[in-house]
Amino acid sequence: MSLSTPTFLWEELVPAGHHWSGLIRRGTVLRLTDIDGGANLSTLFFNPEDKLERYNMADTLKAQHTAFLTTGHVCYSDMGRIFCSIIRDDAGWNDTFCGLSDSAQVQAQYGEANFGQVRNQMYRNGQDSLLIELGKYGLGLRDLVPNINFFSKVSCDDNGKLSHHPTHSSAGSVMDLRFEMNTLVMLSTAPHPLNQAIEYSPKSVLLSAYRADAVADDDVCRTQCAQNARGFILTERYYAV
Amino acid sequence: MSQFSLENAVVNEVCPSGESWMGKVKRGQIFRILDLEGNQAVDTLFYNADNASERYSASDTIRRQQQLYLEKGSALYSNLGHVMLRIIDDTCGRHDTLGGACAAESNCVRYSIDKRHMHSCRDNFMHAIAHHPYSLELGLSKRDITSNINFFMNVPVSANGDLHFADGISGAGKYVDLQAEMDIVVLISNCPQLNNPCNAYNPTPIRLLVWDAV
Repeated sequence: MSLSTPTFLWEELVPAGHHWSGLIRRGTVLRLTDIDGGANLSTLFFNPEDKLERYNMADTLKAQHTAFLTTGHVCYSDMGRIFCSIIRDDAGWNDTFCGLSDSAQVQAQYGEANFGQVRNQMYRNGQDSLLIELGKYGLGLRDLVPNINFFSKVSCDDNGKLSHHPTHSSAGSVMDLRFEMNTLVMLSTAPHPLNQAIEYSPKSVLLSAYRADAVADDDVCRTQCAQNARGFILTERYYAV
Repeated sequence: MSQFSLENAVVNEVCPSGESWMGKVKRGQIFRILDLEGNQAVDTLFYNADNASERYSASDTIRRQQQLYLEKGSALYSNLGHVMLRIIDDTCGRHDTLGGACAAESNCVRYSIDKRHMHSCRDNFMHAIAHHPYSLELGLSKRDITSNINFFMNVPVSANGDLHFADGISGAGKYVDLQAEMDIVVLISNCPQLNNPCNAYNPTPIRLLVWDAV
């Protein structure tokens, strides 16, 4: 039900371990495809009209009484609005609280492979990758808040002990994010910080943009909970003319 | 007599219910948050006193210890991967890393749009960063308000990923002691939330204490 007659707009590959940013407009579906399986897509959202408005992990989780994200959930800003709705998630779990790998971790875990040695196969880490993209919009370390790791599953036991599930997302897994706001999207395909692989082995993610259908009254995200119904109202008010 | 008595504290202040507080804790000092009347959520952020862009990071703290809750022995990590403080004593048993702060805007989503005008933790944070001398020294702004710790708040997550705001597990006189591993500025909102059980529907005062290292 995610897309009846999708109008294709464009497509771009984010190669394994690379980073990307761009403006995705309200009314667009951004399809994320884990081509080979085992991808991790670290993601942050900002409002281009007011970059102090940004994805808020806590507001997203507590509004929907969930510690992870999947179909039916939405991604809230700190201003009570919805950046995007998850209208399809084949793998069924996206990590919200583990953050990003950094240069010290990548070097300690995988060794060093810099540009001089391996050109664009150099080892990148999630934190520096997002800082590079943030910097292009005048943002930086102070704007780097807890991010989403799409395609990655990290669960916990009753005592709060975490478990990373390395084979969670299989080849061809698709996520559809329907954007409810004009959104600056920051992406990194560097490995998840809890990935225990010995070899540096990031995976590519294909981005495909489609024109979204209007949000129906029985939309899976709008009807997920009363909180989301209010989130949609507040987001629609922001764009009311 | 305990080395940690009110008499030998170098900071001993009460933060009234629903208000903000800022303080400094030097490297080696012990910082206590005391839940005076019980079941009071204390929304807390920590900054490097010399460089506010280094701050408490929920995701670093969770990931680096592979542990969702804070308890005795937990380290609080910065966004640069440094230990800022360690929990050296805790009579409550569990503190939340995921729930964040209440705000006028999130209250609209969570409860009702007509709740916008209820007092909130983010309003406390905004008031403190606009006025408090420690904030003015550091140049804090909304950019620096990241995902905070909720001391004395119980937000259990189940194995299937459900998250709930449960009744508090704290009580009158419970406390948490943190030893600083760098010079720290503390920003607190003594949570005024009245719409859920995080303060047992009755926000109450807290006491903030600092002792020199022994």
